[in-house]
Amino acid sequence: MELRKNSGPLKWVLIILVVIFLAVFLLLPLFYIVITALRDGIGGYIASITDPYAIKAALLTIRATIWAVVVNTIFGIAAAWCLTKFAFKGKKVISTFIDLPVTVSPIIAGLIYVLTFGRQSFLYPILDGWGIQIIFAVPGIVLATIFVTFPFISRELIPVLTAQGTDEEEAAALMGAGTFTIFRKVTLPHIKWALLYGIVLCTARAMGEFGAVSVLSGHLRGKTNTLPLYIELLYQGYDFTGAFAASSILVILAIIVLALRVWLERRGNKEAEIHY
Amino acid sequence: MKKTRKSIIPGFGLSFGVTISILSLVVLIPLCSLVVFTAQLSFSEFWYTITRPRILSAYWVSISTALVAALINAVMGLIMAWVLVRYDFPGKKFIDGIIELPFALPTAVAGISLTHLTTTNGWVGKFFYNVFGIRIAYTRLGITIALIFIGIPFVVRAVQPVLEKIDIQYEEAALILGADRKTTFRKVIFPEILPALISGFTLAFARSIGEYGSVVFIAGNTPYETEIAPLLIMSELQEFDYAAATSIALVMLAIAFIILSVNAILQSVVSRRVSGLA
Amino acid sequence: MKFNGKRLGALILSTALILTALTGCGASSSGSSGGTIELTNVSYDPTRELYAAYNEIFEPHYEELTGQKIEVTQSHGGSGKQALEVSNGLEADVVTLALEGDVKVVADAGLIDDGFTAEFPLDSSPYTSTIVFLVRAGNPKGIYDWDDLIRDDVGIITPNPKTSGGAMWNYLAAWYFFELQGQNDDEILESIRTLYGNVVVLDSGARGATTSIVENGQGDVLLAWENEAFLSLKEYPGDYEIVVPSVSILCQPTVAVVDEVAKKHGTVDAATEYLNFLYSDEAQVIEAENFYRPSTREIYDQYVSSGEGNTITEIPADGKWINDNVVLTDINHFGGWAQARAIHFADGVNFDSIYEQ
Repeated sequence: MELRKNSGPLKWVLIILVVIFLAVFLLLPLFYIVITALRDGIGGYIASITDPYAIKAALLTIRATIWAVVVNTIFGIAAAWCLTKFAFKGKKVISTFIDLPVTVSPIIAGLIYVLTFGRQSFLYPILDGWGIQIIFAVPGIVLATIFVTFPFISRELIPVLTAQGTDEEEAAALMGAGTFTIFRKVTLPHIKWALLYGIVLCTARAMGEFGAVSVLSGHLRGKTNTLPLYIELLYQGYDFTGAFAASSILVILAIIVLALRVWLERRGNKEAEIHY
Repeated sequence: MKKTRKSIIPGFGLSFGVTISILSLVVLIPLCSLVVFTAQLSFSEFWYTITRPRILSAYWVSISTALVAALINAVMGLIMAWVLVRYDFPGKKFIDGIIELPFALPTAVAGISLTHLTTTNGWVGKFFYNVFGIRIAYTRLGITIALIFIGIPFVVRAVQPVLEKIDIQYEEAALILGADRKTTFRKVIFPEILPALISGFTLAFARSIGEYGSVVFIAGNTPYETEIAPLLIMSELQEFDYAAATSIALVMLAIAFIILSVNAILQSVVSRRVSGLA
Repeated sequence: MKFNGKRLGALILSTALILTALTGCGASSSGSSGGTIELTNVSYDPTRELYAAYNEIFEPHYEELTGQKIEVTQSHGGSGKQALEVSNGLEADVVTLALEGDVKVVADAGLIDDGFTAEFPLDSSPYTSTIVFLVRAGNPKGIYDWDDLIRDDVGIITPNPKTSGGAMWNYLAAWYFFELQGQNDDEILESIRTLYGNVVVLDSGARGATTSIVENGQGDVLLAWENEAFLSLKEYPGDYEIVVPSVSILCQPTVAVVDEVAKKHGTVDAATEYLNFLYSDEAQVIEAENFYRPSTREIYDQYVSSGEGNTITEIPADGKWINDNVVLTDINHFGGWAQARAIHFADGVNFDSIYEQ
């Protein structure tokens, strides 16, 4: 068919346009990071990324990311299940609030936690009495990370579950299966790939969060500095090579995560082909 | 709140409980404290705070640059989605893979490297400055470029799946019936992808208005020129003016809400048309 | 909503989950843990190098003095932002900020007892600094004093006084110059307006401003802390020179023990010693080596430059870098920080008015 093998000048004009756009806006900055990171040679690069503070910052970023992914996975599954398998009033409101964090400025995201858990809040004396510190400590960073990635997993699951309908679960329930059995045997196989895809997106975004974490961190070197904050610190300390070297760690992590995504998608497609 | 239809599927209590408690802890309660804090101001104080000329100008800088960036992303995102779905060419997988990069790259890192590239000394900035006399970094143009960067994935990823699902037979039918390519696109394809295009555009727009990390580095932060609203919140906070900071934050939150609602309305309007999705 | 058993169970379960998640993943607080005292010093932007060096001599000193191991954690950022975070619950045992006004904010939050400026010698300012110009090598634009900054061919870099402590000093120094020129308040404001009209990048912090000129090549002159300017000479030898204007301001960064936090952590003695030791000869030398003006007269004198000119093209080989050919005013001339803030930097007053069109 002519359409399916759409060629002609328009095709190449559009392709070249896209390639130029992405080269300028995406690849050039990446390329610049790599070049600057290696400005002082491989030795300087390795010294920069093995600095004890860099390693501590990377570990903190990984920790916050894991927490965000775990909480958002539990939330995402529960919310998707609740919103697609049952009909109840207030569904739209809940759904809007789940989406809201994506459009809220990261600065506001940080600010609301400062207002909620800071010294001027009525919660502060209670939490302080229990010896719990939330903002300017790791829990605050974790909360900010959860917030900015909040809808990522539920948004991937909801369309899949909506498309799938409720028949199979109803049948299983009639046959007497319990909640977790139904979920594990009936629902999970359907949403497996969407769930993994959501987790990957959530991981990618969580690693890179800057604005909200910056408001909540307190910038304690070696304690509450995440990798993006550490990069800013180095950048402002005239250590541009170090800053870009640390950035390159995040670039590499991002590329791994994105490669994982492509691979997952391919596995998912293959499985779908086998099923139908 | 009660279930309107009795479902036989178990787990409503559990999933609803988990959803509501996490939602409250992470989103609702913190948002309430924002409202509570702003409520310390009387309405006239609140109104005065949010309509000071410098603040109005900061909203304008944020909104106008975000709008331009989102429009460019809408056009380029549509073209990218089209190219990725309809054409085969070497390197397609690679391009498809890197679209989400702006999600994964910390905004600060993006901001720093874009600034370095576009100052009058940078690789790109030098060229534009010497040849056209255009300064990029530290102008609204620079802000727009940073916002284009962070908004790239939204439109592509919204339009792409819809485009994939459009049954190519409809287009073939249109062509056979004598419509030319342009008409086919306008009458058959475009109406199908319009809802996705709008929602991608809105998300990119809303996200750009609130963007901070990448913009502070490239903006130059001159009041009335390149000062963005989120920076103004930071600067009010640094002046220890919580009420002002939370007021501006509340306005921005309202703007985000309005954008999301407009999107929801548009979605229901455009999706009423007959759908030809496979 | 009716709470049946299951729903309530789920609520409790998930709340418990989040709470354990939040607390379990890091009870990070300073204080003594396993024989090592942990001390947190919240400071402003340009002091990173200074306190990195100072902590290296303080930690062994304290162990020698008391037999206790001590570890100091640093936090740096814009002075105003740092003050705010401490007021909001960032658990700093000591603050070492850019100006008294910012320490006052922490005191007003009820964390520092009154009279903190009298707690340590010399208004609790162990070191001082001043505001100078950093220009490109050879001074191509011929910038020698404040009135050169209002020429229309000059591009200025300075941070925003609304967000940066150092930038407030810049603004006040300029004000003092025009005042000495015999201008009245309206004329001064007009001159300041022209000056800020020449600002090409108004960064939010001192470090951002330095980066704009040295790394990104913006503007012709940076109004900078003296210590920042010398650091640029050191990092980029031959590319820049310092011009000392005829008139400037004595910047007094203020230090204080955050009493409430230190009491809670049981670190009052360590925190007091940390700040007292800043006045020791050993520490004063480190401050001078990092281009802060030491407060001990004898050490100060050792670093006074023998040169006459007001242009410094390189860090003097003999290490004598302090230029004394400058008339310095101080904050008292402006009626103290509370008054200076109210007249110049509060919302809608002087600084805001110069940007209104």
